[in-house]
Amino acid sequence: MQIPYTIEERPDTGLYNAKLGIWLFLASEVMLFGALFSSLILLRTSAPYWPHGYEKLNVPLATLNTMVLITSSVTMVMSWASLRLKEFGKYRLYMSATFLLGLVFMVVKAFEYGAKFSHGLYPSIDNFYATYFTMTGLHGLHVLGGMIVIAYLLGPGARMWKRQPERFTNRVEIVGLYWHFVDLVWIFLFPVLYLL
Amino acid sequence: MSGHSVEEIKKETRVYVLVFVALAALTVVTVAVSYLHLSVGAAIAVALFIATIKGSLVAGFFMHLISERKLIYSVLILTVAFFIALMFLPLGGYLDRLG
Repeated sequence: MQIPYTIEERPDTGLYNAKLGIWLFLASEVMLFGALFSSLILLRTSAPYWPHGYEKLNVPLATLNTMVLITSSVTMVMSWASLRLKEFGKYRLYMSATFLLGLVFMVVKAFEYGAKFSHGLYPSIDNFYATYFTMTGLHGLHVLGGMIVIAYLLGPGARMWKRQPERFTNRVEIVGLYWHFVDLVWIFLFPVLYLL
Repeated sequence: MSGHSVEEIKKETRVYVLVFVALAALTVVTVAVSYLHLSVGAAIAVALFIATIKGSLVAGFFMHLISERKLIYSVLILTVAFFIALMFLPLGGYLDRLG
């Protein structure tokens, strides 16, 4: 049996199923990260002392990573636009760039974590580092998850383009929505953890 | 999703580049402001204001929320309401401490 509404819109929702699915998933992600932001507010406002992020963390590296993620969002949306223009070569180029930028983000993050660990700074040190590692760690896992899906859509998953180009284009739109959401979370994490 | 014609899609890609430039510029601004070491209240207000603009640009253009179906808006309105409630939960603890 064929999966319904992978391309055509469902009459009652006006959307293909995966589109509604990813938005419902992202709504649950808002609550997941929201709970962590809420916890941070509670911990920070009730602590007698809480350091400024810029005193403890590496702002230039995090700024670089912000630029990297923003750029990866543009390459992601360009890869989708390329498929809509039926330019598969350009899609591969932009999607590969997105994967590489995700990798750069993770490598920079690994350097940041490594520097902290080498100074004996672990999540167990205090609430500041506990929240920093929890929030950036969960975000990093999301980047990693996105990279796995991107790798699939560049590799074996790309075969769908020949058989069902519209369905493949929709798949890229879906992973794009997820990737932009991960970028959006970082846009808030960056000032809240590093700059305040 | 807006327009399907080649010309419309190409126009969209030009908008994506403009949004990217705006996001990069706003990142520089938010970092620059952080070096001014404003008072805590002002720093939070400025940082969150800029982050909200950046987030809106990403959601509006990259996630093409400016032209989406009504059902998605309904889902997101509900999400935003719960998110705001979540952000105000710590206030309960604050009021508790005040007695």
